[in-house]
Amino acid sequence: MRGFWSVALAVAWRVLHNVFTTPSLLLPGLIFPLFFFTAFAGGLSRVDNIPGFDFPNGYTAFQFVFVLLQSAAFSGVFTGFGVARDFEYGFARRLLLGAPRRAGIVAGYAMAATGRWAATAVLLTVVAFAAGMQVGGGGVDLFALYAMALFVNLTGAFWASGVAMRLRTVQAGPIMQLPVFLALFFAPVYVPLSLLSGWLHSVASVNPTTALLEAGRSLISGSPEHISLAFLVAIGLAGALSVWSLRGLRSAERAG
Amino acid sequence: MSARDHGIEAEGLVRTFKGDIRAVDGIDLRVEPGEIYGFLGPNGAGKSTTVHMLTTLLPPTSGSGRVAGFDIVREGPKVRSAIGAALQEAALDNLLTGREHLRLQCALHGIGRAERKVRAQELLERVGLTLAADRKVGGYSGGMKRRLDLALALAHRPSILFLDEPTTGLDVQSRSALWTEVARLAREDGVTVFLTTQYLEEADALANRVGIIDQGHIVAEGTPEQLKAQIGRSTVEAVPADGTSPQAIARILEQFGEQTGGSPKGVAVRLEHGVEDLAGIVRALDAEGITLEHLELHAPSLDDVFLAKTGRSLEGAAEEQDEPEDR
Amino acid sequence: MSTFAQVGQIARRSVLRTARQPANIIFPFVFPTALLAVTSAGLSSATKIPGFPTDSFLAFFLAFPFIQGALFATMNAGTDLARDIQTGFLNRLALTPLRGGALIVGQLAGVATLGFVQSVYYLTVGLIIGVRLASGVTGAAVLIILATVIAIAFGSLGAFFALRTGSGEAVQGLFPLLFVGLFLSSMNLPRNLIEADWFRIVATFNPISYLIEGLRSLIIAGWDWQALALAFGFAALLAIGSLTAATWALTLRLTRT
Repeated sequence: MRGFWSVALAVAWRVLHNVFTTPSLLLPGLIFPLFFFTAFAGGLSRVDNIPGFDFPNGYTAFQFVFVLLQSAAFSGVFTGFGVARDFEYGFARRLLLGAPRRAGIVAGYAMAATGRWAATAVLLTVVAFAAGMQVGGGGVDLFALYAMALFVNLTGAFWASGVAMRLRTVQAGPIMQLPVFLALFFAPVYVPLSLLSGWLHSVASVNPTTALLEAGRSLISGSPEHISLAFLVAIGLAGALSVWSLRGLRSAERAG
Repeated sequence: MSARDHGIEAEGLVRTFKGDIRAVDGIDLRVEPGEIYGFLGPNGAGKSTTVHMLTTLLPPTSGSGRVAGFDIVREGPKVRSAIGAALQEAALDNLLTGREHLRLQCALHGIGRAERKVRAQELLERVGLTLAADRKVGGYSGGMKRRLDLALALAHRPSILFLDEPTTGLDVQSRSALWTEVARLAREDGVTVFLTTQYLEEADALANRVGIIDQGHIVAEGTPEQLKAQIGRSTVEAVPADGTSPQAIARILEQFGEQTGGSPKGVAVRLEHGVEDLAGIVRALDAEGITLEHLELHAPSLDDVFLAKTGRSLEGAAEEQDEPEDR
Repeated sequence: MSTFAQVGQIARRSVLRTARQPANIIFPFVFPTALLAVTSAGLSSATKIPGFPTDSFLAFFLAFPFIQGALFATMNAGTDLARDIQTGFLNRLALTPLRGGALIVGQLAGVATLGFVQSVYYLTVGLIIGVRLASGVTGAAVLIILATVIAIAFGSLGAFFALRTGSGEAVQGLFPLLFVGLFLSSMNLPRNLIEADWFRIVATFNPISYLIEGLRSLIIAGWDWQALALAFGFAALLAIGSLTAATWALTLRLTRT
């Protein structure tokens, strides 16, 4: 077990060191969630005037939950880009040769994704509070919100790293991004589920992201609902995609 | 006189970069039409900068040059129409096929549509890329890329060809194939070739004349034989048999000349009196009862020439700094 | 070879390279289409906001993918040119009789071709899902022309960055800035309905708002000459400014005699 953690920590350290010392790697992950938040919460604030929109804590908090989950998912995807680069340019071979417990490599990448996201989450939270976000939930509610987002982050990281290890090229970027993008956006992003109609309502009703969003918004408003379901979804997705990622590692090993 | 009747001339070519770096510090040279001129020197010596100036990609800071009879500063477009160049980077587009590269190159040189097709096919056959012609260059090996690079340089039938380290990174077979083609171009098509290299054997094998450049100056120039004859000193290398001490061999050989670099297992000295010392060496080793696995006499090499002119070995100097970026 | 023929050769290569990079197809086409679908469905009830100019959010939002597609195409064109610099391919072109202007125009011809194809695609998608242009068939033609000019304008900006920096990474770094510009505009709501004062002020000063509003006016309003004048004006200004800058950057980069 010690070999597993030493590998994981080493891999995580390297990725985080590279990210935090390279502006072109660090800044997109920080900036994009901020301006999504700004654009949605700032530019669309009048949407909460729509009849039937009865979220009690204002549009800023409503959008904060979406942007938090989005930033978590995409921090995972951006880490996947790095995994693809490692495999395409040969560094991954060094990791595979040097690691006594190779599953630690996958864990390391996942830990790095979480580390990246932590910086974004802190910045996003500070900006949201500075913008006057109203929070109805208490400490436990908010802890649960961030914990749920953590599982979303791991889901994104496992998905993207699984793709990266199978395809082993940076050209796989769109394949990593598109499903995550669709999963996030085919959901009640701008208005609650009850205000969606047509095909989007049908799709969003069965989209697991909807459960996470609605639960997250209930937590921030202090009226938690369907939290167990949301955590079941989040943990289930992270668990299933961790298997996907480990199988991707085996695929990379077989390819040599 | 046509462009084919002119070679390459440079007088006092200088190129400085920011920070007062004089990458080329007064180059005078003359290459006759149809000649293969080898420009030999370590990394950072000024070879590529010289090539960039002569091919009009970089204006000289001072000095002048004429290529194919045209001034490199005032008649840039005419120079470019008369030359082909395969520069240090293969400079290919990974998304285009070999054939598409050739057609684009021909088109930009004003070759008509029908002739482009024929010319492209002819060049692909010449460099042995017909089977790979319609594959994207991203899938080519290093040797294939270099061959395509050469074909592109020849697309418009230039009278002068610049090759900037064309075989760096290639395997032995690919290198040999490229040498054969370059020699043929000069011999049969009368193309003047200006070849920069850091490989001694390449200059030795191909060049009619060699210019050795170091730190922006030409330090020696002549045919390989002339240059080696200037130095005139052979080296001998002895590899001890198992159980024989290299130090014992070194003590004997040092009586015949100064020790020089050799293989890791052997002891080598540069002979004071050349080949005449060989008999004495054999007698001395025999007298001491020393057994050898191997004894070899090396004629002077271009590295010896470089060492004599600069005090450094060309092969040792190969780790020095790269030439500054053009921009 | 005439300049026109040279432009044709470079444009041909530009289009070929774009077509051979799957990511260059996915981003300019699929992402904007997906975002169009989800945003117009997700915000369909926004038409109930008093003062909203149309009862179809889809019609309102259709202008967005034209701009976003132009941004993606720009990045691809800029990255391709930067790669030519990094690999030395630009030196290879410099050794041919290719004129510098033909190089830029050729690259932009590739961008314009892609911009045109994208415009036709988004317009077709819009018509298929039920949007009817208030400006009719003529308006559709003007829409495509305006969108193509916008693509050329952003393409010139990408070319300038590529030639100035010689780095694909620097060009990619431009993308977040342009994306921010796109989002801090009247993309999602008309400017007069943006509640946050600071956002409305930023959107008012943001030229991208006028590009979107010009395209949008042809879809939902008919012939709004002021909106069209502003859109064409800003697009032309950006195009001329960026083209001038790109030409200057090319003279610095191509130091051939």
